[in-house]
Amino acid sequence: MRAACMRIDAVGRPGEGQMIDVDQLTKQYGSLTAIDGVTFRVEPGEVLAFLGPNGAGKTTTMRILTGALPATSGHARVAGFDIDESPLEVKQRIGYLPESPPLYPEMTVTEYLRYVARIKGVGRRGVRQAIDQAVERCALGQVRGRLIGNLSRGYRQRVGLAQALIHDPPVLILDEPTGGLDPKQIIEIRELIKTLAGAHTVILSTHILPEATAICQRVVIIHKGRVVAVDTPGRLAAQLRGSEQVRVALRRPTAALHAAVAALPGVLAVSPGEPARHDGAAVWVIDCERGRDVREAVAGAIVATDGGLVELSAMAMSLEEVFLQLTTDAPARVDGEPFDDPVPSGPAHLSGDAP
Amino acid sequence: MSKLAAICSRELRSLLVSPIAAVCVAMFLLVTGYLFYTIVIAASVQARMMLRMQQMAPQLNINEMVLAPALRNFSVILLLIVPLLTMRSIAEEKKQKTSEQLLTSPVTVAQIVLGKYVAVLALYGVMLGLTLYMPLLLARFGPVAWWPVASGYIGLLLVGGVFLAVGLLASSLTENQMIAAVTSFSILLVLWLLGWVGASTADLQFGSFLTYLSLLEHLNNFLAGLIDTKDVAYLLGLIAVGLFLTHRVVESQRWR
Repeated sequence: MRAACMRIDAVGRPGEGQMIDVDQLTKQYGSLTAIDGVTFRVEPGEVLAFLGPNGAGKTTTMRILTGALPATSGHARVAGFDIDESPLEVKQRIGYLPESPPLYPEMTVTEYLRYVARIKGVGRRGVRQAIDQAVERCALGQVRGRLIGNLSRGYRQRVGLAQALIHDPPVLILDEPTGGLDPKQIIEIRELIKTLAGAHTVILSTHILPEATAICQRVVIIHKGRVVAVDTPGRLAAQLRGSEQVRVALRRPTAALHAAVAALPGVLAVSPGEPARHDGAAVWVIDCERGRDVREAVAGAIVATDGGLVELSAMAMSLEEVFLQLTTDAPARVDGEPFDDPVPSGPAHLSGDAP
Repeated sequence: MSKLAAICSRELRSLLVSPIAAVCVAMFLLVTGYLFYTIVIAASVQARMMLRMQQMAPQLNINEMVLAPALRNFSVILLLIVPLLTMRSIAEEKKQKTSEQLLTSPVTVAQIVLGKYVAVLALYGVMLGLTLYMPLLLARFGPVAWWPVASGYIGLLLVGGVFLAVGLLASSLTENQMIAAVTSFSILLVLWLLGWVGASTADLQFGSFLTYLSLLEHLNNFLAGLIDTKDVAYLLGLIAVGLFLTHRVVESQRWR
């Protein structure tokens, strides 16, 4: 006990300056290690994204932070309070939106929010104001009096967000806040989260890279229970956009053109690519030197020989490949250190959500 | 305290909104009403016979002939119905993942368990109170001794309190309502049957020990108008054990 006190004296108040301080957090379910030595910090007012494929340990980390789950080892502090030593103090300061919003279908939105406000310790006089504020922030005015069971998925998600916000907590932990929503709703929720930044410290989890880029100041990439990178989305996105391959489709491919493109400076190889196009145009994947944009030169060469260019696009590394690389090649990479070797080993496609 | 009240009132609300509670209360009143009717008929036939033999007339007693047997029978019906009142309370929270919210809110596990217990106890109290029409009805036709009635109802309240605590424990063990109901019903049945086993055991000491453990044995004194601290301690103790175990189960489920 004395040693602990002395240590705290030496470094000032625990976690001072940091709203959230996670240190070597490990969680084991029997022999399965869900998260392993997760360490990161979040500054007050920051929006931080947990990025990772399903099963990476995002939800486990969040559940430990909210006190729903105890860690096997390691420490987590929220606003200076240790989650194991003073769980109620921590819970008082956290608003949590689990993956599936914790809603009672038999209650109306207002009734539900009143209940949540009361168990979160909002004073009797403040309850009405807290409800009004949460309803307004989450644009729930139209459905206030309706039963939660009759609401659409998008509204339920917003009610979930409203219950996390109701006691105006300094920290918000949102587990996949845009999961299962339509594009318009996703944009609305993202806008809402952006307005929360500054006044609240937000941790959200997602497996969609552009989402992290759009709303977060910092990204923690977590894979197989380990933190593999902590960086700003700008730098991360730049790394991911650092396209090493160009995909072209052309109607009149010739051997001469193939040779011409392959001879362009910066081009390493030209190979037939997948997927084939339904209109019959040939697809080539052009490997090029890292950090060199050959698209203009390639386009010029094809147009000059009347190759019938119908498509030209840079191929980014998919998220999975970044993970693969980060977990196999490099140790944990923190804030701005470059990747050791980000050249992808094969053709990569980022389907759908390209950054 | 306000948090406990919030949990309690939400629980009550969802109980009242769901058809389960309504059906349970209705069925309870129907069955107890029918039982009461048959007991009254049987008692009146017996009373007429006793009146023919003049010397037995002073032994006619509404409490002993009607109310005590009726309340004793109610306890068995309660044993069947109470598990249905408690089966959803914690199991449903787990199934709908709303338990996640309770566990991440600044409330203690004790507040959660007590809030839920008080809610089902309140509903049970109302359900039991609705049978008060029986002594009131009888009082119109003859003298009713009110103290034995009061102590009988206190006994039923305490025994029902044990049923509810056991039901809550069963509900905390699973996220399936049916399993919760069957589990609590089985535990209560065993507690009830202990008395029968005790009565038929050759070893007298062990037999009386088993009889003491049996839940409904403790109702007899209450029905006779006697509030014995031994019975009160036994029933309150069982309630405390049930709630404590529920607390431990809810707490331990965080660790999984």
